[in-house]
Amino acid sequence: MKTYKYILTFTAICSSLLFIQCSDDDDNGNVIGLATCSDGLQNGDETGVDCGGAVCEACTIGLDFTGTYAQEDQMGRPGINTVFGTLGMKDAFNVTIPSEMQAAFQTSFQANLLTLNPDYTTNALGLDAVTFTTVLSNDVLWVAETGITTYFNGTEVLTGRTLSDDVIDVSLLLIFGGPAGTDNPTLTSDFVSSNDSNFSTSFPYLASVN
Amino acid sequence: MKKTKISAIIGGFGLAVLSVVLIAADHIDAPEVAGTSTDIADFYAFQGENPDNLVFVIDVQGILAPGGPTEQALFDENVLLEINIDNNNDLVEDQVIQIIKRIDPTTTEDTMYFFGPASPSTSSTGLDSTIDASNLSGSVKISTTTDVDITTATNGMMFFAGPRDDPFFFDFTRYNEILSGAATGFANPGTDTFAGTNVLSVVVEVPKILLGSGTVGANPLAPGTPVYGVWVEAKRKQ
Repeated sequence: MKTYKYILTFTAICSSLLFIQCSDDDDNGNVIGLATCSDGLQNGDETGVDCGGAVCEACTIGLDFTGTYAQEDQMGRPGINTVFGTLGMKDAFNVTIPSEMQAAFQTSFQANLLTLNPDYTTNALGLDAVTFTTVLSNDVLWVAETGITTYFNGTEVLTGRTLSDDVIDVSLLLIFGGPAGTDNPTLTSDFVSSNDSNFSTSFPYLASVN
Repeated sequence: MKKTKISAIIGGFGLAVLSVVLIAADHIDAPEVAGTSTDIADFYAFQGENPDNLVFVIDVQGILAPGGPTEQALFDENVLLEINIDNNNDLVEDQVIQIIKRIDPTTTEDTMYFFGPASPSTSSTGLDSTIDASNLSGSVKISTTTDVDITTATNGMMFFAGPRDDPFFFDFTRYNEILSGAATGFANPGTDTFAGTNVLSVVVEVPKILLGSGTVGANPLAPGTPVYGVWVEAKRKQ
């Protein structure tokens, strides 16, 4: 009886050892991977001692990340600087922080809108020229914390930008389409409604290189 | 009449870029960055396949002809990319993800390093930034045409950097013809000028829990939806 208990205990210990051993071979197991990320050895798929690979922190010893980096370009929503920036102001727009953009650019954006479409009153979102260019001049892309993220899907408006969103047609419609979206019908769509390659539903989402 | 006015105002710009390459959502948007390694081509932000995650896509250095894009354009070790996240609608970044290329010292391979999301120090909001290396979240080997690499960090973030099909679609040729007065409207069907072209992409997937909360009321068109305000910056080492 005693011997039997002993064997049981021994088996249990062996089993757990075996289990650990098996898990240790699994490079993708986070728990075990973290353990080997601090054992002072280069093991698993580590590219250095306790660093690199799929699980451990990146190897940065010897890398220089010092210095000051000064802004040259920025972007929030698609096409804002391209369409509404004026020559001589485009570079300035790229080095103006968002909290100062409205004061610096709303007036010129509004003038550009009314030059593009002299008949502009409001658009399909019901925004008059001042309101529309105020929204646009604060050039950050809104993205919803929860729920549908889209530039425009017929219901949701400016809650993100997915790869398949036809941002050109949305922009053309809001600039040229008038309050009902029916004005200037030859200018409110470029009639290219999707990308030539299909996007993936999984990371990294973009289509393979051509 | 309307077309003439359109042409008069931005026709000059359209003609100017025609002689360079192409613009897209932000491609070569301004003289000082056009054709440089800091030129941001496009920016996307959307919910990931896992609805608990957000995805950011930064495209730089478009437009690349098919075949051998990594020989035509490379990520630049002197260019810092920053994804800025504003949580409270004051148009000031509350969280920043910093991205820069280095050569991995152990593998000697071109590698993209990702820092944050982290609250920027006061000195790192706005136009000038320094990198806080203690915020390192992970890295990924820069992909090539034939070797595609993705990594998942211990905090749940996912990383990709390398050439991809340019996801942007637009009949840009026709657009320029309208601006120049050569056409009066778009053709139906249109022709995707960007079909078959490539771009250098950085894709970052981030668990929303790492970003904090958005704010309601920022978007007047979806006033009840909590949103983040996001934008991307390209900064050059001084």
